[in-house]
Amino acid sequence: MAKTWKEWEQPVLELEQMIERLERAAQRETDPAKRGAAEEKVQELKQRRDTYVQLRYSRLTPWEEVLLARAETRPYLLDYVGTVFTDFTELEGDRRYGSDRAMVGGPAFLDGRPVMIVGQQKGRNLQERTFRNFAMSKPEGYRKAIRLFEMADRFRMPVVTLVDTPAADPGVESEGRGIAEAIAASMLAMFGLRVPVVSVLIGEGGSGGAIAIAVANKVLMLEHAIYSVIPPEGCAAILWRDPSKGPEAAAALGLTSSSALELGIVDKVLPEPFGGAHRNFAEAAATVKTGILEALSELGPMSPDEIKRHRYDRFRKAGSFEEASRAAVR
Amino acid sequence: MPSGEADAGRFVQCTSCRKTLFSADFEHELRVCRFCGHHHRLSARDRIACTFDEGSFEETDAGLRTVDVLKFPDYMPKHEQAVTKTGMNDSVMIGRAKLDGMPVSAGVAEFGFMGGSMGVVAGEKVTRCLERGAEEGMPVIMVCASGGARMQEGLSSLVQMAKTTVAVERCREAGVPFIAVMTDPTMAGVLASYASVADVILAEPKAMIGFAGARVSKQAQVVKAPSDFQTAEWVNKSGMVDRIVERRDMRGTLIALVRALGAHLRTGKALVGA
Ligand SMILES: [Zn+2]
Repeated sequence: MAKTWKEWEQPVLELEQMIERLERAAQRETDPAKRGAAEEKVQELKQRRDTYVQLRYSRLTPWEEVLLARAETRPYLLDYVGTVFTDFTELEGDRRYGSDRAMVGGPAFLDGRPVMIVGQQKGRNLQERTFRNFAMSKPEGYRKAIRLFEMADRFRMPVVTLVDTPAADPGVESEGRGIAEAIAASMLAMFGLRVPVVSVLIGEGGSGGAIAIAVANKVLMLEHAIYSVIPPEGCAAILWRDPSKGPEAAAALGLTSSSALELGIVDKVLPEPFGGAHRNFAEAAATVKTGILEALSELGPMSPDEIKRHRYDRFRKAGSFEEASRAAVR
Repeated sequence: MPSGEADAGRFVQCTSCRKTLFSADFEHELRVCRFCGHHHRLSARDRIACTFDEGSFEETDAGLRTVDVLKFPDYMPKHEQAVTKTGMNDSVMIGRAKLDGMPVSAGVAEFGFMGGSMGVVAGEKVTRCLERGAEEGMPVIMVCASGGARMQEGLSSLVQMAKTTVAVERCREAGVPFIAVMTDPTMAGVLASYASVADVILAEPKAMIGFAGARVSKQAQVVKAPSDFQTAEWVNKSGMVDRIVERRDMRGTLIALVRALGAHLRTGKALVGA
């Protein structure tokens, strides 16, 4: 069982290094015949790479989707913030206890229109990951989010949340400061908002820590993001007492974007560029931007009360069940 | 009178202090050990019997049925077993009840039903219980006992956290008090949703109350967990629970709270500015 996305990405990386070396060599080559041969070889290798990527990505298993969603190469919140939005001003405090670095938020502009951004940020190296606490927010992160949601409501700014967290922080201190209450309070605060809220799942949507900031009018999900009630390894450990059965649990939990769409948990899946968001970030960012703008314009005509009601109704009907003498309700 | 598995014999051993108790005494004392005070788990039916006015509980929404949308391995057999074992349609029983004559909207969780886990049906029942309180102007009492969201319903379970939390907003808008009673255990997805945003949170002594499961929590420890970590007492010290209430005092405490916080619902006016 593969444990990281790197194991699959490795052949691609090796091919790309080879392509790069050959391209440089071809440029230095003075003999036109030899240069032509080298360029031909480069084209052949590129073809081979694309075929591999195409093949790989056209049939990812749910477990592979999990690893891809967690990959370090994927674009993170601040990458999108710097590309999709302009003039972001980060506001850091929760005014109660501290500054959570896993949760990032503040006002910015989307096509010239002010919006409030809230979301989790991961780190790419050990130092960054430690600084960001692996994108696992503590209670102060959710309390900062609540503060920013309420500020957005006061100043009539739409809220955009970008979700990317393995889970809320499970440590002793977070328990002591009420991590569960902070998550619940964040959901409650989002229900109260009279401004449009759009959430985009960009990477890992890890259970309560994710839905805490995803109580939106429109929930969008990148094609290779995941959204799950529990990490598959944790599910396997509890149900089958075997954390190595993560792939089986991933398949059973229905955590992929197509599954989330089918269940009606997300409203739209945003297709990723060829080979994933990290292979063509500009295109991925453009897709995310268009997705958010479309969602906001659909919500645009609603009055503040209708917006709130719309969000309520969206979540009120979540989940299928049967009722004696009544048809199935979604 | 509450009845439980201890009925089988004349004696029962306390799993906490290992002392032997007369089954009749044990049941009469609401399954609280007379030697060590340990609060043993109560079934939903026993909880109803010792909490609300005798015979006042009228169950509603028992006709809801789970749909195994994900076709999750082994889910339906386990679910059917739980239905047979508990006689309930899912892990929560809701209905109308009375507390010292005052009408309340009541919900009680059954830990014996798949660990009290919350899937779509349990989430729907909790939501209806809160909405009924809001619509009919009745205080809401929810007795929690749950390991968290039900994994076997995947994302549909996760969104129940949001759904049940919205319903609390309805109570707030209606000025209806919502009281959560956290019993052993109240964990994860249930703790991190409607239960934690109740107006008043009561807990039984030593009940396990926490967000992360013990396994995850221990792995993640940078700070060493205190010996009473995730107990009702520790959560109370942290300010997340309003009162620890012994089982024999729970009904009285609930009556006092409903009388005070729900007074305006019964008289139709507030004392101040009326
Ligand atoms: Zn004892």
